[in-house]
Parts: sequence; structure tokens; C-alpha cells
Amino acid sequence: MQDPIVLEAKNVSKTVPSPGGALTILADVSLSVRTGESLAIVGASGAGKSTLLALLAGLDSPSTGRVLIAGVDLTELDEDGRAAIRGKHVGFVFQSFHLIPSLTAIENVMLPLELRAQRDARQAAAAALERVGLTPRAEHYPKQLSGGEQQRVAIARAFVAQPAVLFADEPTGNLDTATGQRISDLLFDLNRARSGTLVLVTHDRGLAGRCNRLLELDAGHTVNTGQAAN
Amino acid sequence: MQALRFALRNLWRDLKSGELSVLLLALIVAVLSLTAVGFFTSRVSQGVRAQAAEVLAADLRLESPTPVPQSYFDDAARRGLLSARVLTFPTAIFSGDLSQLAALNAVTANYPLRGRMRIADAPFGTARTTDKIPGRGETWIDARIIAQLKLTLGSMLRIGAASFRVTQVLDYRPDQGTGFVNLAPAALINYDDIAATQLIQPGSRATYAALFAGPTAAVTDFRETLSKSKAPGERLRDIEESSRQLNSAIDRAGRFLNLASLASVLLAAVAVVMGARRYASRHIDAVALMKCMGAAQQFVLAISVIELTLLALIAVAIGTALGFIAQSGLVWLLRSLIPSELPAASSAPLPIALVTVLAMLIGFALPPLLQLKSTPPARVLRKTVTAPPLRYGVSYILALAALFAILWSLVRDTELVLSVLAGVLGVGVVLTLAGFALVRLTTRLRGGVGVAWRYGLANVSRRGSGSVVQIVAFGLGLMVLLLLAVVRGDLLADWRRSLPANVPNNFLVNIRPEQRAALQEFLQSHGFGSPEMFPMVRARITAINGESPQSLKPRGDVARGYVEREQNLTWSANIMDDNQLVAGSWWTAADAGKPLVSISSEYAEGLHLKLGDKLSFDVAGEPLTVTVASIRKIRWDSFRPNFFLVFPPGLLDGAAGTYMTSLFLTDLQRPSLVDLVRQFPTISVFDVDAILKQIRGIMDRASLAVQYVFLFTLAAGIVVLLAAVQSTRDERRYESAMLRTLGASRGTVLQGVAAEFSALGFLSGTLAAFGATGVGWLLARRLFSLEYTLDPWVWVSGLVCGTILVGLSGTLATRSVVNTPPIVTLRDE
Repeated sequence: MQDPIVLEAKNVSKTVPSPGGALTILADVSLSVRTGESLAIVGASGAGKSTLLALLAGLDSPSTGRVLIAGVDLTELDEDGRAAIRGKHVGFVFQSFHLIPSLTAIENVMLPLELRAQRDARQAAAAALERVGLTPRAEHYPKQLSGGEQQRVAIARAFVAQPAVLFADEPTGNLDTATGQRISDLLFDLNRARSGTLVLVTHDRGLAGRCNRLLELDAGHTVNTGQAAN
Repeated sequence: MQALRFALRNLWRDLKSGELSVLLLALIVAVLSLTAVGFFTSRVSQGVRAQAAEVLAADLRLESPTPVPQSYFDDAARRGLLSARVLTFPTAIFSGDLSQLAALNAVTANYPLRGRMRIADAPFGTARTTDKIPGRGETWIDARIIAQLKLTLGSMLRIGAASFRVTQVLDYRPDQGTGFVNLAPAALINYDDIAATQLIQPGSRATYAALFAGPTAAVTDFRETLSKSKAPGERLRDIEESSRQLNSAIDRAGRFLNLASLASVLLAAVAVVMGARRYASRHIDAVALMKCMGAAQQFVLAISVIELTLLALIAVAIGTALGFIAQSGLVWLLRSLIPSELPAASSAPLPIALVTVLAMLIGFALPPLLQLKSTPPARVLRKTVTAPPLRYGVSYILALAALFAILWSLVRDTELVLSVLAGVLGVGVVLTLAGFALVRLTTRLRGGVGVAWRYGLANVSRRGSGSVVQIVAFGLGLMVLLLLAVVRGDLLADWRRSLPANVPNNFLVNIRPEQRAALQEFLQSHGFGSPEMFPMVRARITAINGESPQSLKPRGDVARGYVEREQNLTWSANIMDDNQLVAGSWWTAADAGKPLVSISSEYAEGLHLKLGDKLSFDVAGEPLTVTVASIRKIRWDSFRPNFFLVFPPGLLDGAAGTYMTSLFLTDLQRPSLVDLVRQFPTISVFDVDAILKQIRGIMDRASLAVQYVFLFTLAAGIVVLLAAVQSTRDERRYESAMLRTLGASRGTVLQGVAAEFSALGFLSGTLAAFGATGVGWLLARRLFSLEYTLDPWVWVSGLVCGTILVGLSGTLATRSVVNTPPIVTLRDE
């Protein structure tokens, strides 16, 4: 029996107004991802990767089409409704880490748990930091950490709430090759360990190749779907 | 609950990391200036009121043609008020064959309850204060009586059926200047001696006064009770009504102080706007992230609102404590200048500070927070995604309403608040438009200047609306500072000029027509010049538009006096210098003899009169009906003879009863009064020197208080500048790092920053000078009734201070940004 579909996009399009008339950023994209799968969204700059990620994660609404997470149609929800779904089912890792500069490493990791009013936030965050090997840096502020360390904190923060789907937007884009390699190892290891679902946006073919499936975009259109290279 | 926990944690983290320092500083300075000004001015104004109370010799004074019932005194005693009795009536004083009409004052032991009497050992000799009153069988008398009756200290004189020994020369009683009632020279005796004189008979023309004094609240309560229960003939007088001249001075002093505190609040509001904008811009990424993790909009808003409310509480606590310390310091600094004991500071400014800070946050910080709430979560992926712009109308109306409410609650003077608000808004609009114009202009200018200037000017134009916001903030800050620094000095100087050193300090009344020529001669030969003599006729109003004046419900006790008592009328071909026509027109030579009248604005308001109304008078038994031709606003604190009612010449010429005039006498010239009184015994001399000194005292204190209050406003102004500089700090940090990475030297970047801030300062300073001049003119004319003279220093200081202050503070505050190694900044981005 196949794993259930946890994320689904049906004929999703996004157009925005521009000085030269309506501009289509994304045209009629459909996809579905099952629990435990990993999907890489690839394409050149401006292909619409980040726009698709924003729509899939419920950060933005499509102009037409529907997006479902865990069976819930996001297009029928308002911003607060989508926020509730994100809080319950979605985790993020960003290219520029997005740690809050006024919070220490452990406080950044605690944030999603605190938003859910989870009681043992600090213990859970400490455990998550331990899994990414940053226990000694728990009380450090982001600016006291290296880029790789900051991304490890971001990964700990993404996993601590045990999301059904983890979205990663160019997670190694701001890191050197060696550090990027270590970060992607960590990301995939942790995801595999909990049999989670991963949606990854990247233009790094090597990183994309570590996913089960691949979706390639060009100028907002799907040009290739299928198994990743290796 | 979760939002509260979150907000508490956020607040702690934000405070720890310095994210909130500008906003907190702005709020603390706002509270500090509000409370320090509040504590200080409430104490000083109470001190000034205490001085004003001297004029009544009490806080509250009830005058009656019949003895004041004992029940009033019993009631006052139950309320913890002090009381005293004064009985005043005209009587002749005899010494041998000589006699002199005098105003006899009989007083009880506590008299005066406010202020102190002064006595001397020789006529017109050096006076000293005293807390005593004459003993039984003793009298203290005016030097003019001594001169007229050829007495010495120790002489005996006769008042009615009793004999009294003259033991002191009476120099000054606090309540001697309460009006033109006691024109005759005064004699003071003990209240218990009245019976012995046997002068008080049924129908005697005596005025009984009951004096009360005590804590403000008790006095106010008692006043309310008395005003409801007093008999028709009884007249209540409190500090507000005690003297037109003094009231006018106190009113102006209060307006100066209020103006200074309004300025602090306005500046603090500008700082809060800047601080809140920065708070919102610094939190926008964190909010986007939190929304990304599932936070609802209401939750985000709740956190911000709770956090800011807690911040307000912290600011109020710290600011109030500092404010209290600051005002104690002020009182200590001014201890030699404020001789009277100041009452303790009341806690009244505390709730005002709390409400003001909350209103400021709601009015000025809420709009950016509402915008923060709508931050799209997709911002985590693309920085260019921002919240939709606010509907400006709504947020501005909210902010304006809050500002108006705050200012009004502070000063309760709608006209002042509207003027200041209109001035600031007008300047704000002009600054905004001018800001846009400058931004366009710099775009053209940058081709012709060096690299640093090009970078600086380019920044001004590139930041566009950000630059405009900075220009408005700098401009408003500078304008208020200029208004206080220069215009305040000018206004105070104009105020002092309105009461020059040689203003008349003696009034001569009861001059009979046949004495005029001789008196003129006397005055000229003694070097007093030839002052204008005003004819005076006493008349009683009998009808207004054919109806009994009582039926028109006169407004207040004073207006009732207009219809119940005889009024002094005069006639004049020209309007008096210190009178300002507010309605109608002044008569021409052709109007001579026509039945017209010009009335004062108080008279018009008190009796609900307008142009064209017909007033009927009984002038020495002759009926006279005249039409209201004009209404005049009189500057009572000019100390020139002034009349509620002025007729054209030729109408009453035959009816002239007496004349009056006014003189300025130096201390050296005062002894000449003895000769004057001797040569013209029927002329009454009325000395207002003491009131003049009181008013000058109030001016001095008010000026000093305003100078010190200005220090807090200055602090508020500096925070505004700081907040305006801070508002673009993050952007500058990044730009500076980029420029330095591209090879620009530290010096070039710094010069660019200096160029940008100097340009902003130059423009803000110029516009602020315009604004300060306009608002200063408006304030002088509309609120202070003063002639405002244009001061070129406003422009010089506006330009120079604007450029230097903004240029220097902006560059210094940004220096650390430029000094940060580029790699540190770029890594943070």
C-alpha cells in the first residue's frame, strides 16, 4: 500500500500585475508528494521556484488552482487559517537562515514550540540542538555563530516541531561547498530518521539529486518531472 | 495568556538586545518632561496663585452691605479654613480743627490671611512687614492723613465717638488694590473698637468682608457652597476675579508654561512616531517568520500591543521618578527666586503621564503596528514583499484625535491647542511638500558636485519618502526648539515691554473741573509732565433695548455689578492706545454729540450686548439713551486709565462730575504726594505700585520657569533628532559596507553621510525658521495679545543650528556604522 499524499497542487497558477499588464509567474503546475518522499524543485533564477514553494507552503495564495496540505485545501482558508495549518504541519529552512537576531540559538529553536504553547519547549529545543551538534552554542546569539552554525540552528528549529512537510529554500545557497555538504547531509539524515517529507528548492543539481523526485521549472512552466538523477 | 507570556519574553529580549532603546528613550523623555513640567508648574502656579491671593488678602472673600452671618464663619471653621473679618466705610477723621475723609478699615486678629501688611515709623519712610494689627485704642494711618492733619506718631485723633492714638504709618495692605473702591486714604483700627466709634448705624454705607483661606480643595468646596447659598447683596470674590490686571498677567504666565509643555509633548509624539516606525521595521522579518510558523494576525498584534503597553508602564515608572527628581532640582535651583513656600508636589501628573503615554502609543505607534500585523509571510522568501500600505487618512485622524485629546487634557485651552496643532500641521504639510521638492532638486544637483556629496545627495533623493519623513521630523523638532529658544525670548521680552518701567503707578481721581488748571500747573512744576485728564461721570444703567437689565440674566457676579452699581463713564474723541476695536467702528468728528457708546468686551459679554443695542442710563437724574457703536478689547494690564463705557465728545460735556489721570512716580518723587494732597485735599491718590511689583514678580517667575521647562523640551528635541537619525541606520549600515567593499575610503563614506545630513539639516532649518516665525506671530497676536516683532535671529539660528546640529549629530550617530568592518555587516544581512 502506498503512503498517503500529504501535499498536493492542482493546476496552480500565479499572475501578478505589472506595468506591462498581468505577468504570469507560474502557469498550471500540478504535483503531489507522498509522506516520506523528497521532492526537488529546480530551475534557473526567475523560473518560479520560490513562488511555487510559497504557494505550496501556504505563504501565498495562487491566482487559480488549489493547494492541499494533509488533505486541507489552503485556497479555501484565510491568512490566519493558513497560518494554523503551517503551525501544525509545516517546517521551513531558508537560504538566509532567518534567525531572529535578538534571540539566542536555543530561543530561536524554541520559537515554533512557544507559538504552539508547548510546555517543554526548552527541553525539546535543547534536544534538537544536540541532534545538530550545537549544545555548546545554545546560549549564543546568531551574530556570534558562523554561517554553517546558523543554518544548523535553523534546521534544529525546523525539525523541533516535527512537521509533516519540511520546505527548504536553497538551504546551502549561502554556504561554502564543504559546509554546504555537511548541512545537506544533516538535513537528509534528520529527515530520513523521522521518515519525513521534504520539499527542496535549489539550483544545485547535486543537492537535487539526493531527492527521490524532481520537478523542473522554466519560466513558470513545468518542463520535467520524474525521478532524480541518482 | 499565551500572548502575554510571549510579549513578556519578547519585551525582555528586546530590552536586553537594545531593540527598544530609542522608543523607550522617547517615552521616558516624554514622561520626564510631562511630569517634571507638571510637578513643577503645578507647584509654581500654586505659588503664583498664592501671590495673587494677596490681592484679596485671602483665598476667598465675601463682601456684603450687611454684617456677614456667623454661620458662614462656623462653616468655614468646620472645613478647616482660617477666617478674618474686615469692615470698611468712609468716615471723617478729626484732629483739633482739621478733618480728612478716610476709608476706615476695622480688622480682626488674623488679618490679612494672605500677604502681609507693611508699616513705617515716618510718613513715606522705609516700610517693614508686620504680622500684627493695631491694638485696642490704636490706629495705623495713611501718610496722606498724617500730612493733611499735621500729625506725628503718638498723636491722638478722633474717629466718631472714640479717640485713637496713631502708633504706625500704614504703608501697604495686601487688599488695598482690589479696585477703585477705597480711594480715600486708609486708616486701620481693631475690629473690637468699632462699637466705641458708634459710627455703624442702620443704613451706614459700610462694606463687611469675610476673609477665608486654607487648602485649595476646601476653599473650592466652600466657594461652591457659598455661591449657592449666599444672599442677593453678598458678593463672592476669589483669586480668579480678584484683579483684572493680575489675572491677565497670570493667564499669560500660564500660557507660556503650557506652551512649553505642549512643545515637549509634540516633540515626544514625533519621537514616538519615529521610534514606532523603527520598531515595526526592525520586527517585520521576525513577524513574517512567526506567521510562517503559524502565528495568527491577532496574535501578532496582541504581542505588539501588550509589549508596547508594558513598555509604556516602564517608561512611566522611570520617567516619573526622574521627573520628580528633576522638579525637586528645579525648585532647589530657584529657591532664592521663589521666596514663598511652595506647596508639595501633587501626584496629579502621574495619571496624566500614564494616559498621555498610552494615548501617544495608540495614536502614533498603533498605525505602524497594524501594518506590522499584515506583514505577508511570503516575505521570508523575498525581502521585497511588504505589508500593504496603510490607509493614511484613518491613521492620521486617529493620531490627530489622540494628540488633540492629550494636549487638551494638559492645558484645557481649546484655542491654544488648536493654534499650536494647526501651526504644527501646517508646517508639517509645508515640510512634506518642501521635502519632496528638495528630493527632486537634489536629483538634478548631484551631477555638479564631488563624489562624497554626490553620494550624500544621491541618498537624499534615492531614499525619497524616507528623506521626506526625516525632513519633517528634523524640521518639526527644530521648529519647536526655535520657537522656544528665540520666539519664547521675544514673547517674554514683548510681554515685559508691555509693562515698561515708567508705567503709571499712581492714579489721581476726584479732580474737580475747576481744579484741572491748577493741578496741571502743579504737576508740571514738580516735573510730572502733563498727563491726559479723562472726564468722569457716574451713571446707572436703567434699560437695555427698553427692558430692565436684570431681566437679561447678567453672566456672573461681575456682570451683575454692571447693572446693580453706578458705572464710571467717560468721553473721548480718540480710542485709547491700549484698546483694540473688535467690532463696529470708532466715531469721527462728525459723530460728536450723537447718542453713541463704545463698550468693553467684558461688558458686552456680561450683558449679552451686540452692536446696535440701545442702552439707557440715568446720568445724575437725566435719562440718556445711546446706541452701541463699537466694542473694544481692553488690555487691563497696561495700567492706563480705562473705562467700560466711552461716549463721543459733546454728548455729556455739561455733566462732567470729575476728572482722573495717571502718573509715574519714582520712589524719590513720592514725597511730593504730601504736597499734592495738601494743596488738593479733595483729590484722591491711588497707588498701584504694589500691584505693579506683584505683576513684575509674576513675569519674572514665569520667565524663569519657562527657561527651565525649556531644558526638558530641549531633551525631547534631541531624542527626536536621535530617532530621525536612527530611522535610517540599518539601511546606512548596509550601504556603507557595500561602498567600502567597493573601495570607498572611510572618509569618503563619512563625508557622504555628513553631506546628506547637512543638506537635510539646512532644509529642515530653513523651513523650521519659517514655521517658528509663523507660529510665533500667531501665538503673539492671537493668544498673548502682544505685538510680535520679526527677529532675524530665528533665520540665522534656524539655518546654522539646523545644518550644524543635524549634520553633526547625524554624522556622529552614523560614525559607528561606518566604522563597522564591512564583512561584519554583510554577513549579518
